[in-house]
Amino acid sequence: MSTLTSTQKVNWKGGVSPYNVSYGKLMMWFFLMSDAFTFGAFLISYGTTRLSASYWPDPNEVFDKAPFINAKLPLVFVSIMTFILIMSSVTMVLAVHAGHLRKRKEVAKWLSLTILGGILFLSCQAYEWTHLIEGGTTISHNMFGPIVNGHHTPGPAAFGSFFFTITGFHGGHVFSGVLINTIVLINVLKGTYDKRGHYEMVEKVGLYWHFVDLVWVFVFTCFYLL
Amino acid sequence: MEMEQQATFTQVTLEDESAHAFDSTVARIWRVFWILLIVTLVEIALATVHYFFGVPPVLLRNVIFLSLTLVKAFYIVAEFMHLRHEVKNLILSIMIPLLLFIWFITAFLTDGNSWRMDRERRAVQVEQVTPAP
Repeated sequence: MSTLTSTQKVNWKGGVSPYNVSYGKLMMWFFLMSDAFTFGAFLISYGTTRLSASYWPDPNEVFDKAPFINAKLPLVFVSIMTFILIMSSVTMVLAVHAGHLRKRKEVAKWLSLTILGGILFLSCQAYEWTHLIEGGTTISHNMFGPIVNGHHTPGPAAFGSFFFTITGFHGGHVFSGVLINTIVLINVLKGTYDKRGHYEMVEKVGLYWHFVDLVWVFVFTCFYLL
Repeated sequence: MEMEQQATFTQVTLEDESAHAFDSTVARIWRVFWILLIVTLVEIALATVHYFFGVPPVLLRNVIFLSLTLVKAFYIVAEFMHLRHEVKNLILSIMIPLLLFIWFITAFLTDGNSWRMDRERRAVQVEQVTPAP
């Protein structure tokens, strides 16, 4: 009766989790759901403001620079950032998988690569922000307005404020993800989870990390593609 | 008690995993990776084609972008976050609240759009009242 049922039969009579997951993982799921609403609210307010404006900058014109290359390359750099984040999500899944098999060294290897991916992504974002800010784009001003008589005019101020707020909030999530992953990596190396008998902590930070990747998928579409 | 329970969960997962061969799980992970990568490349190709040649039209392009975004979101949540393989109760508890987004998006984007139309209508009226010298 009290044994855990597999996928279909579910016990609501107490003593076992009707969700078939531990308390920690369930709470991580609920936290991520609430975080989805936070990001959703940001992106929807961005969409509302953008739709209410009669002019909006073309992302192909705004994001057309990549480091070391002196040419107009629309979307190339942000594609690389997207690839880095997808890749770090893959290494995270592989870390979780190695955790199921309780292979400590494998977990440490994949988790280190995930952390590296996070740091690379943040560095790319730092470059992108620096480039934009040096070009005169701030939360209150930018020069991506329509071209009048051959001169760029100021674009909608909301463009910069939404861009820096939303990518900044996402970057903040990546940063805290890197920190949490590092703490878990230290615990993996110390053998904490071997003593505990399971690597569930890796699964929990894995959920968080994939969520950060998920948010980037939407940020990428809303800011760089549409 | 809680520790005991956690250990049982992991035990179940461990048996689940060893039931499949080691390679099949890893192969599935890489399959999802390729799907995500290819979908992203298609998005970038579409953006580039639209930028240089102006096809497809903006509305169609945006519908394609949003559909491909949802495809990517599905694979990340279902496979990477493992939600597809959880019990139905958990899937429903997470997904049903997210349905609120449908109304959330509809209401707000409609609002934004009506603001723009209102603004443009006023601009036209002003022009008619005071013709340019």
